[in-house]
Amino acid sequence: MAIRVMDTPELLSLNKFNVDEKEPHIRLDKSKCRSCQDRPCLVVCPAGLYRLDQEGEINFDHAGCLECGTCRVMCNNKGIQSWNYPRATFGVHYRLG
Amino acid sequence: MSSADKFDAIVVGAGPAGSACAYILAREGKAVLLVERGDSAGAKNVSGGRLYAHALKALGDEFDISGGVERKVAREEIMVMAGNRSITVSYHDPELGGEGQIPNSYTVLRATLDGWMASRGEEAGAILACGIRVDDVLVQDGRVVGVRAGDDEVYADVVVAADGVNSLLAQRAGLIGDIPARNVAVGVKEVIALPSKVIEERFALREDEGAALLMLGCTGGVKGGAFLYTNKESVSLGCVVAPEEVAHKGKPVHRLLQELKLHPAVYPLIEGGETVEYSAHLVSEAGIRGVPGNLHRPGMLLAGDSAGFVINLGYTIRGMDLAILSGVAAARAILAEADPARVGPAYVSELEKLKVLPAMRATRGYVDLMEVPRLYENYPYLAVELFRCLFTVDGDVPARMLDTARGALRSANLSLWQVAKDAWRGLKI
Ligand SMILES: Cc1cc2nc3c(=O)[nH]c(=O)nc-3n(C[C@H](O)[C@H](O)[C@H](O)COP(=O)(O)OP(=O)(O)OC[C@H]3O[C@@H](n4cnc5c(N)ncnc54)[C@H](O)[C@@H]3O)c2cc1C
Ligand code: SF4
Repeated sequence: MAIRVMDTPELLSLNKFNVDEKEPHIRLDKSKCRSCQDRPCLVVCPAGLYRLDQEGEINFDHAGCLECGTCRVMCNNKGIQSWNYPRATFGVHYRLG
Repeated sequence: MSSADKFDAIVVGAGPAGSACAYILAREGKAVLLVERGDSAGAKNVSGGRLYAHALKALGDEFDISGGVERKVAREEIMVMAGNRSITVSYHDPELGGEGQIPNSYTVLRATLDGWMASRGEEAGAILACGIRVDDVLVQDGRVVGVRAGDDEVYADVVVAADGVNSLLAQRAGLIGDIPARNVAVGVKEVIALPSKVIEERFALREDEGAALLMLGCTGGVKGGAFLYTNKESVSLGCVVAPEEVAHKGKPVHRLLQELKLHPAVYPLIEGGETVEYSAHLVSEAGIRGVPGNLHRPGMLLAGDSAGFVINLGYTIRGMDLAILSGVAAARAILAEADPARVGPAYVSELEKLKVLPAMRATRGYVDLMEVPRLYENYPYLAVELFRCLFTVDGDVPARMLDTARGALRSANLSLWQVAKDAWRGLKI
């Protein structure tokens, strides 16, 4: 595999994750997101996990989260209802870091 | 964790700050619990990275770092980029590399470094509890007396929060508020595997020597820069940018990194390599202004990133060394003061003695200079344009130096007056 441009799904596929299917560590209040004009999350998440669906609503998938906290510090309109680190043993596991 | 336990100290977070603190305390006979949410120390952590070695002295002569580090940095490079063009300044110094002894800095990968440092703490007698997320601090009569993780409660005389830049614990304890976006940058990085021989050839290094390359002008005008560090058998290539400006300009940071990989001056350095990991992390950018007014409250101290101890000067970034020093400062304060009420003030005076706070204060002006938006596009363009004029021979009658400079200024969208003001600002520091 040569050096080339990769999109986030491919980049994330290189990492080791243990996804917590029961308890997402980041929860959105969709009603707040609906009225948010800025939506910085769509651009700033380095894992590209915030996306617009066909209805123009923000869709978020916590699997693949790198736990960086960028969305947490950038979300001004409180669309992120709660942000915590994943429960112990869950989330990303960097083998190199 | 059983509720009957009471420790002399609980250290939350097995990064450099936490492990340094736990190591010193355990070595001096204290009962220490080092709690880490990752399955192993380092599993959640990311840096560029290089570790400035001076901080290790504070851990004592007997502290062995050999298994935690990659290469000794003997080559320092700065690359200024504009479009496809670039200028590189390269400084090679075998003495920087320590010539077989202690170097100025080591390149590091955090899973290895943090794992190694936490093990030294464990060896000294600290109890390392990985795979446990601390959820809150326990407070009695206004004093922090322990921590809660799930249903477990554990008690200690002192809790040291060494839980990193996005410190939920410091917030829980009321020592910091919401983290302002302008105080942080987000960094992304790919670790790209390459054979060690190839690395040594490409960067003109001896076997255990390493290179550090900092790049400016590759962030599409957004405040930030990029880095490349050579590890033993990989290079770490990444970008660090201000998230507010990224949101404003609309180009995601991972895209900037993908473009950087294909840049004509960068691609030859990583060609043939294979990306094996992709990571992201916040880093504190506010310098002394990002340090909370209170670094302690009764029963609790903030160390490392949770206290904002990072100095980013563009060409150097110091976080891990300050983390280690502040971890040591916390340990020394706990060892020195039997009276818990005096531990906090003692910590601050240890931070002064170990030059953590003085270094943070001294670099205030640099941090301000980094705010100059022209640093990230106009000046790189100006520099590259001047070099282009210098090296281009097209058979025409050569222009006068002054005219060349004027032309370059104009095409970089800069006025002489602006340049003079910025230069004065830089010289005043
Ligand atoms: C892209 C990038 C490049 C950088 N480059 C450099 C560089 O080249 N040189 C340099 O010196 N510095 C660099 N830094 C800064 C450096 O990484 C940090 O300053 C340093 O890691 C701080 O160490 P720390 O121990 O305070 O925190 P961390 O290393 O962040 O450790 C905190 C630990 O606490 C754990 N934790 C967090 N919350 C909990 C909880 N609730 N319960 C249990 N455990 C918890 C985490 O899992 C983690 O292990 C860089 C940073 C970034 C993001
Ligand atoms: S923490 Fe980082 S990686 Fe996870 S969703 Fe937020 S911005 Fe994306």
